[in-house]
Amino acid sequence: MDLQELQTLAEREQEILDAPCIRCCTVGGCLSANALAVKEQIEVEIATQDLNPPMQVRGVGCMGLCSRGPLVRLDPAGILYDQVTPEDAPELVHACHKTLQPHLPKALSNSSPLQPSTYQPRHHPFFTLQHPIVLENSGHIDPKEIKDYMAQKGYLALYQALYDMTPSDVIDQITQSGLRGRGGGGYPTGLKWSTVAKMPPGQKYVICNGDEGDPGAFMDRSVLESDPHRVLEGMAIAAYAVGANQGYIYIRGEYPLAINHLETALRQARKQGLLGSQIFESPFDFRIDIRIGAGAFVCGEETALMASIEGKRGLPHPRPPYPAESGLWGCPTLINNVETFANIAPIIRNGAEWFVGIGTDKSKGTKVFSLAGKIQNTGLIEVPMGTSLRQIVEQMGGGVLDGSAKAVQTGGPSGGCIPAHAFDTPVDYESLTRLGSIMGSGGMIVMDQATNMVDVARFFMEFCMEESCGKCVPCRAGTVQLYQLLTKICDGKARKEDLESLNQLCEMVKDTSLCGLGKSAPNPILSTLRFFKDEYLTLMHNEGSGDYHPP
Amino acid sequence: MSEGSQTIVDGKPHPSGDQRFRVLEATMKRHQYQPNSLIEVLHKAQELFGYLERDILLHIAHSLKLPPSQVYGVATFYHFFSLTPSGRHTCVVCMGTACFVKGAASLLSTVEQIAHIQAGETTQDGGLSLSTARCLGACGSAPAVVLDGQVVGYQTSENLGQQVTQMMDHPQSKVAT
Repeated sequence: MDLQELQTLAEREQEILDAPCIRCCTVGGCLSANALAVKEQIEVEIATQDLNPPMQVRGVGCMGLCSRGPLVRLDPAGILYDQVTPEDAPELVHACHKTLQPHLPKALSNSSPLQPSTYQPRHHPFFTLQHPIVLENSGHIDPKEIKDYMAQKGYLALYQALYDMTPSDVIDQITQSGLRGRGGGGYPTGLKWSTVAKMPPGQKYVICNGDEGDPGAFMDRSVLESDPHRVLEGMAIAAYAVGANQGYIYIRGEYPLAINHLETALRQARKQGLLGSQIFESPFDFRIDIRIGAGAFVCGEETALMASIEGKRGLPHPRPPYPAESGLWGCPTLINNVETFANIAPIIRNGAEWFVGIGTDKSKGTKVFSLAGKIQNTGLIEVPMGTSLRQIVEQMGGGVLDGSAKAVQTGGPSGGCIPAHAFDTPVDYESLTRLGSIMGSGGMIVMDQATNMVDVARFFMEFCMEESCGKCVPCRAGTVQLYQLLTKICDGKARKEDLESLNQLCEMVKDTSLCGLGKSAPNPILSTLRFFKDEYLTLMHNEGSGDYHPP
Repeated sequence: MSEGSQTIVDGKPHPSGDQRFRVLEATMKRHQYQPNSLIEVLHKAQELFGYLERDILLHIAHSLKLPPSQVYGVATFYHFFSLTPSGRHTCVVCMGTACFVKGAASLLSTVEQIAHIQAGETTQDGGLSLSTARCLGACGSAPAVVLDGQVVGYQTSENLGQQVTQMMDHPQSKVAT
């Protein structure tokens, strides 16, 4: 394929994509709410109602508002229908047809017209406060069709990189854009890329970390399910920049649909000559293979992930050497998260300047969050860095179901709980760290007044205890001790001095563990101790009552 | 080693003519019997046989020229692999954070009480396997449960209890959830 072919194809497909269309979300949350049956019924209805001209139906990726699924949207009008059932199909098709052709004779059916959702994409803050970059195609294109992706300027950035830029130009653009790793740590992406690029020529690898193990996080899954080509393109650009010819996507085995969509995408990209040998008829070769994870949280840690790709137990090893120097099979390896790769193509296409204009001083661009918990609107959102938690929780999320919010948990087991009084904090890497939490991969769980924070801390500790790989003692034994201490507190059997040991043990596990899992395991305890100490204190055993016997 | 199982020699297809071994063989061949394809091969084996019997692990170890201890070590390290057969019906309760704050713990204890088993166990008659998941990524419809492979959201203890009882009353066929 050359540029001319790509552009002709893109233009032709763009017209088809912009034509009136009923879009049905057929991934993730909507799928578990029977979305496939809805789409099939809509297709049946269009055939039986014999519409002229026939209406397009497209199975697309996530539209964001997962709690109201299955979602169906009529485009270009942008009318959203939520909680659609297969029984709604006749009315829905009729209503859509009428909207598209206002001159049409009156209702075909006598039943009351189907009410569009109250969540109008053009007016509701859940949609208007978003700034989609990573998710710009999500909910719009069919993830199983490479042509849909091309119509959205897909693979153009790869072409640009290969023909108009040298590898160091690409790295300069990424460095200037200020993009930071979206997997949680926030390490400057450009710096990571240049470290790998500087290694002597030879075998190098690019790995996409799609092992989204954080409970309460589903951004990577949504991106992979809704727009898999975006990630492949990002990886190919990265490979060109650092001089790699082989890539791996490590993806959770728990995400069968994402794996399926990725496999389809890989097949199509290979067929079109966009992956494999001599991409775009240039001397650049790049192959990508999928590696399916087998359920181990520790494999999200990069050194453990590489061990797993090598077919071994996912045990981490101390750094240095960093993967950039000695990674997969001892070769220089670039590892980035799904969302980081998804940001690459737009940066190359629009330039670093454009990206720098979005976000805050030190955190550029946007961040995708999965908003869940006790909140009105749960789902996937993408907001500019620096948006306040209050905007996210109260405006976009529509507030807590009943009552008021108590805290937001970010960053999963490696993160912490942010109390409601700190909701005006802008969301960026530094602000969250100051509050004792982290950006993490982007899980955001809202908790209401009924949530017991000690119990939450114990929940995360149980998770870390069971997920500890057991290689280093502080993590293996420390998490067990922490869990037992928390259980003792929850059972009302602990004394005040136990709080002191809890604190000390947290610091010890944090300072001495080998990898990120152990280092961050105490975070949920430390952050709840900091902001919700009262809850710990009220659970303390009343000394002197004499009914407590140590186990 | 379970009764009736046969040892597989030289990585050739199983003498019983079990077609599943052919598929397994093809998978290993596609990976050129590379030791680093172990996890991929175990995935395939579990997909084919439902669980990883000792015999199969030995067969894979032999074919990929890996020490059985390493194959066993990998198979037991990852949660996804099971060395015991699962029940005719499965119930997986998601214990992700979103589900947790919305009461997943009480869902789990409801099922535990009905089936008289703990998470990770199978009922004595092999009718139901109960397990927990770290996070299904279906946080939008929390609390979520997977019944016989199908994700169902917005569960309540009552609702789930009814469905599980129904599953246990229909030991053979799968019930619509």
